Amino acid sequence: MDKKANPTRPETNDDIINDVTSGEYKYGFVSNIDTEIIPQGLNEDVVRLISQKKGEPEWLLEFRLKAFRHWLTLDVPTWAHLDIPEIDFQAISYYAAPKKKEGPKSLDEVDPELLDTFNKLGIPLEEQKVLSGMAVDAVLDSVSVKTTHKEKLAELGIIFCSFSEAVRDYPDLVKRYLGSVVSYRDNFYAALNSAVFSDGSFVYIPKGVRCPMELSTYFRINASGTGQFERTLIVADDDAYVSYLEGCTAPMRDENQLHAAIVEIIVEDRAEVKYSTVQNWYAGDKDGKGGVYNFVTKRGLCRGDNSKLSWTQVETGSAITWKYPSCVLAGDGAIGEFYSVAVTNNRQQADTGTKMIHTGRNTRSTIVSKGISAGHSQNSYRGLVKVAPNADGCRNYTQCDSLLLGSHCGAHTFPYIDVLNDTAVVEHEATTSKISEDQIFYCNQRGIPTEEAVALIVNGYAKEVMNKLPMEFAVEAQKLLQITLEGSVG
Amino acid sequence: MSALSQYIELYDSHLSVIEGKSSEVLNQHRRDARKSLEGKSLPQKGEEGYEKTSIEEMFAPDFGVNINRVNIPVDVSLSFKCDVPNMSTIMAFVVNDTFAPSSTLHNKMPQGVIIDSLAKASVEHPELVGCFYNGLAQNEKPGVALNTMLVQDGVFIYVPRGVVMERPIQLVNIFNSAAPMMGVRRLLVVVEDGASAQLLICDHTQNSEYQYLSSQVVEAYVGKNASLDIYDIEESSATTARYSQLFARQQRDSQLLVNGVTLSGGNTRNDYHIDLVEDNSKTTLAGMAIASGSQHVDNNTYIKHASTHGMSNQLFKYVLDDESTGAFDGVIYVAPDARFTEAYQSNRNLLASKQARMHTKPQLEIYNDDVKCSHGATTGQLDADALFYMRSRGIPEKEARTMLMQAFMVDVIDMVKMEGLCDRLRHLVEKRFYGQQASCGECAASCHESKKD
Repeated sequence: MDKKANPTRPETNDDIINDVTSGEYKYGFVSNIDTEIIPQGLNEDVVRLISQKKGEPEWLLEFRLKAFRHWLTLDVPTWAHLDIPEIDFQAISYYAAPKKKEGPKSLDEVDPELLDTFNKLGIPLEEQKVLSGMAVDAVLDSVSVKTTHKEKLAELGIIFCSFSEAVRDYPDLVKRYLGSVVSYRDNFYAALNSAVFSDGSFVYIPKGVRCPMELSTYFRINASGTGQFERTLIVADDDAYVSYLEGCTAPMRDENQLHAAIVEIIVEDRAEVKYSTVQNWYAGDKDGKGGVYNFVTKRGLCRGDNSKLSWTQVETGSAITWKYPSCVLAGDGAIGEFYSVAVTNNRQQADTGTKMIHTGRNTRSTIVSKGISAGHSQNSYRGLVKVAPNADGCRNYTQCDSLLLGSHCGAHTFPYIDVLNDTAVVEHEATTSKISEDQIFYCNQRGIPTEEAVALIVNGYAKEVMNKLPMEFAVEAQKLLQITLEGSVG
Repeated sequence: MSALSQYIELYDSHLSVIEGKSSEVLNQHRRDARKSLEGKSLPQKGEEGYEKTSIEEMFAPDFGVNINRVNIPVDVSLSFKCDVPNMSTIMAFVVNDTFAPSSTLHNKMPQGVIIDSLAKASVEHPELVGCFYNGLAQNEKPGVALNTMLVQDGVFIYVPRGVVMERPIQLVNIFNSAAPMMGVRRLLVVVEDGASAQLLICDHTQNSEYQYLSSQVVEAYVGKNASLDIYDIEESSATTARYSQLFARQQRDSQLLVNGVTLSGGNTRNDYHIDLVEDNSKTTLAGMAIASGSQHVDNNTYIKHASTHGMSNQLFKYVLDDESTGAFDGVIYVAPDARFTEAYQSNRNLLASKQARMHTKPQLEIYNDDVKCSHGATTGQLDADALFYMRSRGIPEKEARTMLMQAFMVDVIDMVKMEGLCDRLRHLVEKRFYGQQASCGECAASCHESKKD
């Protein structure tokens, strides 16, 4: 492809094309950070050991043990449209932490290698702290290593810290909300996470506070032979607002790594939470070797009246994705939104979607899901819209579109719609198609090479969702989309 | 004891009677079906594909099965007329699960066409029946295997190459017995290359004092450039359960239309499995359900596009009143080689009462990029503006609602290609919405007690 075919195009586009043509997985580096890993395997002692290493109180250990005992009774779920190789849960190390000398007081004391890692990821903690006005909590191998902007947030009464700190400093809050949205009995991976979760983020926005900056967590699996099990808990009290971003990467490895996280969100009266994810775990190579298994339980409880929860996700990574960010719309007039772009290429598999459970009156939900499959990948949307018997006046609109690039991939839609109330209006529509030759021809005619044209059309197709992302993320997500689809045309 | 095991026990202990009273062709498959049921159970509520319908519960009551082929003396052709006005049909009856030809059945039948009892045909034409029987039915499904294991009679329809049937064939299924009963029915339809036929099936229950269950398996072969229309209308009673499974296979350039109408019944489950095995076939699958009381209607479709240039169109509409529940589960499957497929699916539902419930799951499974596929599902209520418009013009609310509901169903009725039947359906739907008996006006023996006021 002649990159100078169209010299009038702005430079940024050339950069993107460069990225597109050069890019394999660019986050595939490994950092040589001294890491403490506990031996592989899982039993009650391991659960106790994790708890002890983290210096946790008795109640949390009890919670973990209950979850672990329940997990033992469960079987691996097989209902998803995924071909999951058998996972040996005893061959995973359930705790890997960058070795701490003493807790770093400032960025200067943080391991320079670690800072390097985050710089490579494009999260310059130092700069961001000063310039971008975004508070970042970075989680490396399940342990939160650094949270920025803490002081400024504290002035407003906002708590944004690692989960372990929250357990130490705000045990009452954690105790009250932990497991209240996603119970440890919820599903196989939720039980596993509840037993062995090592860290994560905790956010509490007090009454009437509008969080002035975007809160962000970057997750990275670094050590090999480990899994990542983090937990995010976000509480937005009455009239609060927060926008939360999550990004993830992992090194390139031949082995498969397990990521089983839980995200719980509680939204009180008139509060609003916006949760955006750009998921870019290592997806495995062209033949499907290696890659992260991303089995995540995300759920928000819109408990308050007129509360609002909005999920936006851009899923480009992971060998296998099993993820259904959900909203329980319990408060009257609550609003749930789900915007998703899921891209699969090569041998990736994704079974993702959402659940909108309407239990409050006059609750509304919108689902916009855009699937893009290329290579030999399988991409499924699976969603549930349920209207409870007493939830009068509910409204749901669902749109799922699938785009197929190539003749060896699959796109599937499995929506479940349960309406138990006669005043509800629920709509679902889905289409599946490929990029039409006319569209490509039109672009070609105007001097846009085919590969670029596909990128253009795909971006247009995903725009509805991309527009929902915060600015910083939108740029990254757009690039990711192009990198992921690179080489899938023709 | 599970529901299935009671029938297996019945089979095991009365093997010689069952086999003695039926033909070798049916018996051959019987044994394999019995084997395949080993260690299986009928689907329970909540299982994937059976979210709202428990087949286990449907089969759980202790139904009698007429394994001795006792002739239940009902002279249906005298007492029962289910004529469609302005339409002359070739009519046959199935009483419980026994074929009963009408006196005029064999009049003016085109050369080579067979419309007969499956039991009789399998003795008279063992090679022909053996060639097709049980070729499509998926006996790995316990509900199908159970039918294959117990079936002794049914209907065999054979339209030879190039024969165009001018008159529609009408099958009237009637339940009438003096005890709870399971009718094990089997329908084998073969439309050979270039032939065409229209088939109208209606289900009735004459004596609704007892509980009935119809286990029905339909196998339909549509040959090259052939055309088959099946209209399946259920007007049974609240005491009647129906588990019908249709398997169809379409060859090159063929057309198949299936329209399943549920006007009244107790617990209805219809499975449609249609394979477009050869290029350029066209399928239209439509369905309508009007449910009230504690009726339950579940339609399950699976359209498999395995060839190029296939076209399928599905439309299912439900109106649910009182405490009735509806379910729809539809899959469009496009195989990797099925290029240029066009497949559409639409499911639209109206909830007319507080307690009515609807579960829908329209699915797409697509493994090819050169396709145009879409599906849509809506669940809601009548348009308030339209209702207001009509009321502001002096139409009473109840009437306005009924008119709008009727209008809602017009799409499905319009898919019927027989004009006489279209009119009849419109009439039946109207009466059904006005809460009157949905049964045919001309019918001397009304098939069930009156509906709600």
